[in-house]
Amino acid sequence: MSKKPKYGIVVFPGSNCDIDCWRALDQVLDADVTYLWHQDATFAQELDVIILPGGFSYGDYLRGGAIATFSPIMEAVKKHAKQGKLIMGICNGFQMLTEMGLLPGTLLKNKNLKFICDTVELVLQQTTSPFTNQYQEDQTISIPIAHGQGNYYVDDNTLHKMEANGQILFKYARNPNGSLSDIAGICNEQRTILGMMPHPERAVEEIIGGTDGALLFQSIANYMLNQN
Amino acid sequence: MASTSTTTNPWQTVGLTQSEYERIIQKLGRTPNLLELNLFGVMWSEHCSYKNSRALFHHFPTKNEYVLQGPGENAGIVDIGDRQAIAFKIESHNHPSALEPYQGAATGVGGIIRDIFAMGARPIALLNSLRFGNLENKRTQYLLDGVVAGIAGYGNCMGIPTVGGEVFFAPDYQENPLVNAMCVGLVDHSRIQKAVAGEAGNDIIYVGASTGRDGIGGASFASEELTEESESQRSAVQVGDPFMEKLLLEACLSLLEEDYVIGLQDLGAAGLTSSCSETASKGSSGIALELSKVPQREEGMNPTEIMISESQERMLIIAKAGKEKEIAAYFERWGLHAVKIGNTTTDGMLTMYHHGELVGEVPAKLLTNEAPVYERPYTRPDYIEKANKLDVTQLEEPDNYNHTLLNLLASPNICSRKWIYRQYDYQVRTNTIIHPGGDAALVRIEGTNKGIAISTDCNNRYCYLDPREGAKIAVAEGARNVVATGATPLAITDGLNFGNPEKADRYWQFRECILGISEACKVLNTPVISGNVSFYNETPTYAIPPTPIIGMTGLLKDMDKAITIGFKQEGDVILLIGDTKEEFGGSEYLAHHHGKVEGPVPSCDLMLEQKHQSYCLELIHHNWIHSAHDLSLGGFGVALVKCCIAGDLGANVTVKNKLRPSAFLFSETQSRFLVSLPEKHIDEALTLAQEQQIKVSVLGSVTANKDIILTYNDASCLSLSIEQAKISYEQTLDTFMN
Repeated sequence: MSKKPKYGIVVFPGSNCDIDCWRALDQVLDADVTYLWHQDATFAQELDVIILPGGFSYGDYLRGGAIATFSPIMEAVKKHAKQGKLIMGICNGFQMLTEMGLLPGTLLKNKNLKFICDTVELVLQQTTSPFTNQYQEDQTISIPIAHGQGNYYVDDNTLHKMEANGQILFKYARNPNGSLSDIAGICNEQRTILGMMPHPERAVEEIIGGTDGALLFQSIANYMLNQN
Repeated sequence: MASTSTTTNPWQTVGLTQSEYERIIQKLGRTPNLLELNLFGVMWSEHCSYKNSRALFHHFPTKNEYVLQGPGENAGIVDIGDRQAIAFKIESHNHPSALEPYQGAATGVGGIIRDIFAMGARPIALLNSLRFGNLENKRTQYLLDGVVAGIAGYGNCMGIPTVGGEVFFAPDYQENPLVNAMCVGLVDHSRIQKAVAGEAGNDIIYVGASTGRDGIGGASFASEELTEESESQRSAVQVGDPFMEKLLLEACLSLLEEDYVIGLQDLGAAGLTSSCSETASKGSSGIALELSKVPQREEGMNPTEIMISESQERMLIIAKAGKEKEIAAYFERWGLHAVKIGNTTTDGMLTMYHHGELVGEVPAKLLTNEAPVYERPYTRPDYIEKANKLDVTQLEEPDNYNHTLLNLLASPNICSRKWIYRQYDYQVRTNTIIHPGGDAALVRIEGTNKGIAISTDCNNRYCYLDPREGAKIAVAEGARNVVATGATPLAITDGLNFGNPEKADRYWQFRECILGISEACKVLNTPVISGNVSFYNETPTYAIPPTPIIGMTGLLKDMDKAITIGFKQEGDVILLIGDTKEEFGGSEYLAHHHGKVEGPVPSCDLMLEQKHQSYCLELIHHNWIHSAHDLSLGGFGVALVKCCIAGDLGANVTVKNKLRPSAFLFSETQSRFLVSLPEKHIDEALTLAQEQQIKVSVLGSVTANKDIILTYNDASCLSLSIEQAKISYEQTLDTFMN
């Protein structure tokens, strides 16, 4: 019996891409998906994947993602992480994951100090993770970006460890924002937590700029299938 | 009631004239107190009362089969089928942006978004229209940088895609840049809200940010010419908080799921004063306020300050009585407060109490409908005749068409706008089908196969040389842009930016533009459903060129038919719809290559325009063509290159024509489209053109070799690679701005 992954998308005040994720999963990819509210302290145990969506949670005051980490729901998100279940932080969600320490490094302002919206090419670095197993090795994919603070930075030691562990999943073909080592997306050591600045949920339909993002969600479905 | 403090010239302190002051006393039957006088000052300012423009609005057509709500509300609304509608409006924020570009532009965006959700609509797209001085100028660069960042900062944070716009650089905007922002929202017919107070006993509920002293007198400030003292008026520029507005938007829209709301109104120019007096006037009712209840962020604000503050991100809800708690719960979910500050009455008065004491009382309609209306004297300016005597025989033919074309592509008015739109999140909400960079943006209506095409247009050079013809062209070009995506034009909003209307030559420009817009909108069946007037865009020595910006919308019922400007397929036939004449007047070629701004501008035959547009739409709806592009600035030459760059395909074109090559290449004759289609449909397209007596010319074909080749009357005229063209087209803004 096939098991569809069940997704929960956390809505923070100021989230914008919650609805884009919902539409991609529910209407295009036929996944089970539900919204979670930032003030709730718990969510259903049956959820397989938690998405921390893009946007400007709490207006990006202080730093992108910084205040969201104090939301009541984040305790439940940490518990979910401890259980080895999947978490995806996209854009503002990636910033939250680094702020919470669930992923290494931090996201600085773009090198040109401006917001950048574009569709960029990413090169696959790892195709064995739960998030990338449907891509080909070294495959180049087109995925939209839209951020002002996407310039990834981490100390040298950690970078070497991440490289050795295969934690770097996506690199920019042409670095748009000054990210260290062209990094666009990473995961934790256990490969269960993904953080990426590009928006895979914006690339699931031909009519709005391609379907290269759909393979990421299909990778998750494939991973879940093999889990049981 | 507080006693009146009279100075020698009380009217001057609030920006009114002596006769206006006398009108107040006569209508009121007594001398107004200081609070009341301040209310008149802001409400009878040009910005709120439209006193210098209103007399001409009757020329506008305001109805067609699509219009559900014409001018007079926060935004106009048109039907798009399936019980759905779109609300849209354009608004200026010119004066604030001249002083404080980031906040001026940001709060302009914030204001227009509130106008849209006040109609009950969810904002789905933002556009803008910008004017600056010469790009080489450092201050221009500073203003452009700040304005774009401000628009981006607000729109991106709100999660509303900024999908299109336009920008033009000309010296006469040096000290008066223009920032006009347009917003489009989606609403079900059953959810449309109006700003009315309704019957007596309804609650007036205040939601959003608290009230401070920022933006005091902003409406009056916007109704004066900019002078050196304007710098000291920076406090009249408000500061925006898009996060607050996002919460306000979500809370207000969720509240509309319930049946508690009678009316919604944003607090924009003139703050509480305008929102209360306008809602009361429309409902023919009154409003009584207890000003001490208004949430305040500063200590010791007096009633006048509370009434005229323009603090951002505030809304008024007129709600059924007794639902205060239920309504507050909706706002608490988003961390916001909802506070009852008054109620509606039957007496038609705007009545204000402060800690229980009556502090002011004015008939609401006296502030709104009964504001003075002026039809100003007008005379044709002297420059018009002198500037319209272009002798085309004096124009030397360029010696190298490749160079001339490449230079034109690099012109600040033609070059790629990517440096700008890359800062806007144009993709968020995943409905943007045609991105910035094409003719019009195309936004999908969620859950349907329908799309809304939107563009903003105005050639201010044409409008300077011939305001009437220029305004007609602005409407025609807007419609043409929308048609080039496959959409049928629905209606327009207009952002009318002019100099001081009290000067007869400026008023003449204004009047001519109104007449031009009206004529074009009648013929093209695109009524005016909302708009904004910004006067006094001038310094002591010069005014801006007349700049009537047209925000055009169109409906594409079947998105599978949407097409873009780029060539799609090798071997496709390139077809030009429309005749080309030697019309160099007002063209970018004349300005950029010959350094002249002279007319006559291209003529605009609206019947012909209409015919060409409907022919183009037929081609698209038959699925015969692969691409369509409107010819505008830079003429055929620029259009051809843009189609090649966008499709990354070359073109091999052969033309035989009596015109000299420069005229065919760069003349800006109106009502033309450049389309490409597979060979199998060419006969059908030509036959249809013949039936409809439309002039079309087969010019050549799309090639895979990435070269743009034009043979003109058997001689080589253009030969350049897409790569060369791209370098010219794509680098200008980066070079100046990075």
